[in-house]
Amino acid sequence: MSTEVVIQPAKKVKAPKEPLLSARNKKLLKDPINDGNPITVQVLGICSALAVTVQMKPSIVMALSVMAVCAFSNFTISLIRNAIPNRIRIIVQLVVVAALVILVDQVLKAFVYDVSKQLSVFVGLIITNCIIMGRLEAFAMGNKPAPALLDGIGNGVGYGLILVIVSAVRELFGSGKLMGFQVVPDAFYKMGYANNGLAILPPMALIVVGIIIWIQRSRNTKLIEPK
Amino acid sequence: MEYANIFIKAVFIENMIFAYFLGMCSYLAISKSVTNAVGLGCAVIFVLGVSVPVCYLLENHVLKAGALTWLSADFANVDLSFLSFIMFIAVIAAIVQLVEMVIEKFAPALYGALGIFLPLIAVNCAILGGALFMQEREYSTLGQATVFGLGSGVGWFLAIIAIAAIREKIRYSNVPAPLRGLGITFIITGLMGIAFMSFMGIAL
Repeated sequence: MSTEVVIQPAKKVKAPKEPLLSARNKKLLKDPINDGNPITVQVLGICSALAVTVQMKPSIVMALSVMAVCAFSNFTISLIRNAIPNRIRIIVQLVVVAALVILVDQVLKAFVYDVSKQLSVFVGLIITNCIIMGRLEAFAMGNKPAPALLDGIGNGVGYGLILVIVSAVRELFGSGKLMGFQVVPDAFYKMGYANNGLAILPPMALIVVGIIIWIQRSRNTKLIEPK
Repeated sequence: MEYANIFIKAVFIENMIFAYFLGMCSYLAISKSVTNAVGLGCAVIFVLGVSVPVCYLLENHVLKAGALTWLSADFANVDLSFLSFIMFIAVIAAIVQLVEMVIEKFAPALYGALGIFLPLIAVNCAILGGALFMQEREYSTLGQATVFGLGSGVGWFLAIIAIAAIREKIRYSNVPAPLRGLGITFIITGLMGIAFMSFMGIAL
């Protein structure tokens, strides 16, 4: 008796949220984080992911920028998807994305100028980031705006997650810091510990992503490629 | 001599793939066989060689602060450089479309060989990256920009052929199952990147 009473109000609270966070929409958000991760499974958007991950701060800024562009371009393209002629759709998509990237670039220059300098051309390269084009082609062109927005956020989060992991590993081993604060105590350095110079160099990013793929696929065996 | 320096620098020292990781997505996706890699590599060389000089002209005669003075002295204060992303990507998309039509008309065999890769080049980060690096480094003449574009293309071409050849061989090796395919390719590219870093000490 008492359990029924407890369950019913809980259902009522959930009910108004249903349309936005239904099972299908939740899947759209969650899938790109593991099973359909844009970097380690779909192989999209590698270029920028590798180049900005020396420190955590620029990579978090980069992740947020990509998330914003991905979500809003998905939303915009999905709104006008029925009006786009099929033959020139790539140019239309690029123009929408480029306009959003210009906005992001101007915002970064206005509020975090030093990070924007550090990211240099990679903010501009968000335009050709394959995650964005890939999601526009694969999802936004055939779905309604609301799910497209969620799909964009989900893929942005999946991308950002890998970026943050890679940059945390590289910053920790490369300069003994996280987010610019020293975490490896001075006593370690006195005992002879030295920062690994290799971690700061670009090739290390590839190796770290390779290892992330290894760990992910050994836990999630359905992702292993057939021989 | 200056041209040779820019060329060698773009091919080896500032290799698009091993130093900047640009064009990584198609590099990983198309490098399963050497034949396809050659086709895509050639197309990239061509598109970079054409689009970088066009973007250079656009940058220096339309977009830069005060670049519009050839039109009228009144435009001396106009700075359109915030439009460079959208202009460059439009130019690149248009050139790729043009190249596609020209190749289809005059070399149908090559067109058939390149297939889907040709339109895909429009979203290859190496192309836009080339244009943006050209803007950032402020090359002084059109010739330098062209040589830089061609050099970046050749560097990309060499990188994709190398990885494709390695991937053809590694198919017969006993790679741990979770690393198979994508994972091992990442690690090999990382090791190749370390090898390419030995060029860094060379000052030209």
